[in-house]
Amino acid sequence: MSDTDNQGIPEPEGHADIIETDYEIGQDNYETMFGPFRIDIHNPVFAISGIAVILFVAIALIWPEGARDAFLSMRDFVKSQFDWFFLMSANIFVIFSLLLIVSPWGSVRLGGSEATPDYSYLAWFSMLFAAGMGIGLMFFGVLEPVYYFGTPWGDQPLGGDLGIVDGVVASEAAVAEARQRAMAATIFHWGLHPWAIYAIVALALALFSYNKGLPLTIRSAFYPLLGERVWGAWGNAIDTIAAFATLFGLATSLGIGATQVASGLTEVFGSGDSAEGTRNFLGFLWGNVDSSGDSSMLLVLIITFITAIALISVLRGLDGGVKVLSEINMGFAALLLLFVFLVGPSLDIIGDFFAGLMGYARDIVPLSNPVGREDTGFLHGWTTFYWAWWISWSPFVGMFIARVSRGRTVREFIIAVLLVPSLVCVFWMATFGGTAISQVVEGATESGVFQTVIASYSPELSLFAMLGELPLASISSMLAVVLVVVFFVTSSDSGSLVIDTITAGGKVDAPVIQRVFWCVFEGAVAAVLLLGAAGTAGLDSLQAMVISTGLFFTVVLLVMCFAILKGLISEKRGN
Amino acid sequence: MVRRHRITPQGQNDARAPPKRIRGIRKGRVTSRETGGIMFKHIMVPVDLAHTESLGHALDTAADLAAHWGAKVTYVGVGTATPGKLAHNPAEFSEKLKAFAKAQAVAHAIDAEAHATIAHDPTTDVDDVLLHTIDEIGADLVVMQSHIPGLVDYIWPSNGGKIAGHSRASVLVVRG
Repeated sequence: MSDTDNQGIPEPEGHADIIETDYEIGQDNYETMFGPFRIDIHNPVFAISGIAVILFVAIALIWPEGARDAFLSMRDFVKSQFDWFFLMSANIFVIFSLLLIVSPWGSVRLGGSEATPDYSYLAWFSMLFAAGMGIGLMFFGVLEPVYYFGTPWGDQPLGGDLGIVDGVVASEAAVAEARQRAMAATIFHWGLHPWAIYAIVALALALFSYNKGLPLTIRSAFYPLLGERVWGAWGNAIDTIAAFATLFGLATSLGIGATQVASGLTEVFGSGDSAEGTRNFLGFLWGNVDSSGDSSMLLVLIITFITAIALISVLRGLDGGVKVLSEINMGFAALLLLFVFLVGPSLDIIGDFFAGLMGYARDIVPLSNPVGREDTGFLHGWTTFYWAWWISWSPFVGMFIARVSRGRTVREFIIAVLLVPSLVCVFWMATFGGTAISQVVEGATESGVFQTVIASYSPELSLFAMLGELPLASISSMLAVVLVVVFFVTSSDSGSLVIDTITAGGKVDAPVIQRVFWCVFEGAVAAVLLLGAAGTAGLDSLQAMVISTGLFFTVVLLVMCFAILKGLISEKRGN
Repeated sequence: MVRRHRITPQGQNDARAPPKRIRGIRKGRVTSRETGGIMFKHIMVPVDLAHTESLGHALDTAADLAAHWGAKVTYVGVGTATPGKLAHNPAEFSEKLKAFAKAQAVAHAIDAEAHATIAHDPTTDVDDVLLHTIDEIGADLVVMQSHIPGLVDYIWPSNGGKIAGHSRASVLVVRG
């Protein structure tokens, strides 16, 4: 089937094992006219999640210090006390997903045994990749490998030696070793584990929605465990927390991402001197050593711009907006990747790709082992942080992946969601991280990357520092800024659709005004937090709160594994 | 505002005339000359099965016109791939639409069919799916229900407005 033409459905879609329930989708919905607009929202998920968001924004604005302390200590408590739980659960998700590929249930088709895929491979992959990783690749692509390679703060993975100590590059053998370990640890965080987390959520939702006939919301995966109770308070709680975490996850990332865009703009196109406090972009002060005078108005304008494009995208819908932007995004990302690969140290990159993969195979067991670790700085600061982060995002990404994956077999689904994106991430990290490490090895303290990652920690500038040392820096930096924006838009629009569906009780045909509301609300939350609290303090504290919800969703994901097994057993296997 | 009216060759205000009489009409009593050169053979009626109660005027109008010209009516429904209020999956949606079309055929004694489609994102795609379907099934007249325009219609045109603006078929928008 082609992507955009919505074809007729003359034939049944083949065998699927529908769950018999008296629940009618939309039965708890509140449908009325609100002024000139028709609304169709789930009662009470819409109201509670909306009010909770406003309440938490108010708390972060009224008591910025108190909220930050409370949320950051909550996050640190979760990260340090439940590290074993996150690591063991993530390992279970990876093993479970890999086993499903080779199991006989791999041939079960999502949407019934005769269903056909809604999207082509390219469109499908572009959408799941843009929603799943997006901005993180831009932010951490240079930062993370270089950090592990040369950070003096004791956060090295598995306690390995550094490749550069006190500004002096180590011996060739030590550099090679540190380099491989840095790549392996980065790949560990961007490879199988995060994608397995997404795959579990997406598979559970797709299975229970397309094959079992339950609404496309998080609660449906709990049907095998809770039965009819899933439509009551339990289900409401699960969906509300999912909508809440998704909105805050998007809003805080949007706010923090705006700082990266602002940094990129002033770095590449700004004027003035940062030491004198006159660095600006189009008159808006930004990127100065004394950042107190920097303009939060510039951030608000960037957020407004990103939200406006996301709004156009959601108004154009899944096919006309989200898919098109995801494909554009993919094109730009491939262009930047190819550019850095070709003008950068291509041989080093190829070396890093394979050495990284081998290092990953070598280190994956010790890195994912939660018992008896001595590198707790790395374990809590990075691995547990990532696991909680991916898991807190998983309701959103998983549900979006489920939305576009109808018609695929379980095996095809997991290969596409788990293995292909993992490999792309490895190549991305090898290209950006490998180039950056080569620059540090060659230039030592003179290199821009050393300055922004190791000497003075300015993570949002690390990507631009790496691009700055390559030819055609202004063009590639411009492309990078555009890509950061597009990555944000593709998260923001798909996120708005997901929140809209959850808060409409699983209906994907809710009135258009509701998705407009969520899209604008998300931008407004980011802007208000930036304007109200000092710098990004409000955003940081609420992001910490979102990451803490990862603990709750880890339990949700474990239940989902059980639900998937139970759901697959009764499905007809294909050929 | 288009008033609700019924058209029969005899000028009778009676849409539910006995089937035999209407069959007679279909067999050539009405010619293109009598209708001023206008003759429709295939009427498409988009229906929202979740809100059939508000479709009454459009359904009656379409049935009357079909009886008048002996035209075939195709009821088009736009469903979702995900489970919704009406059906668990596209196949079930298709069955429900068929049942609806059959009921209409019996009630109005007309030749009726169902055509179910799915949209990836019905909130935004309904118009495009309907426009595509008009060509696909070869309808020459679309009869659809629409609301009375309000302020919002300056920003978002109604479904009926967009279909009328973009389709090559004739479109009769019946106000609710």
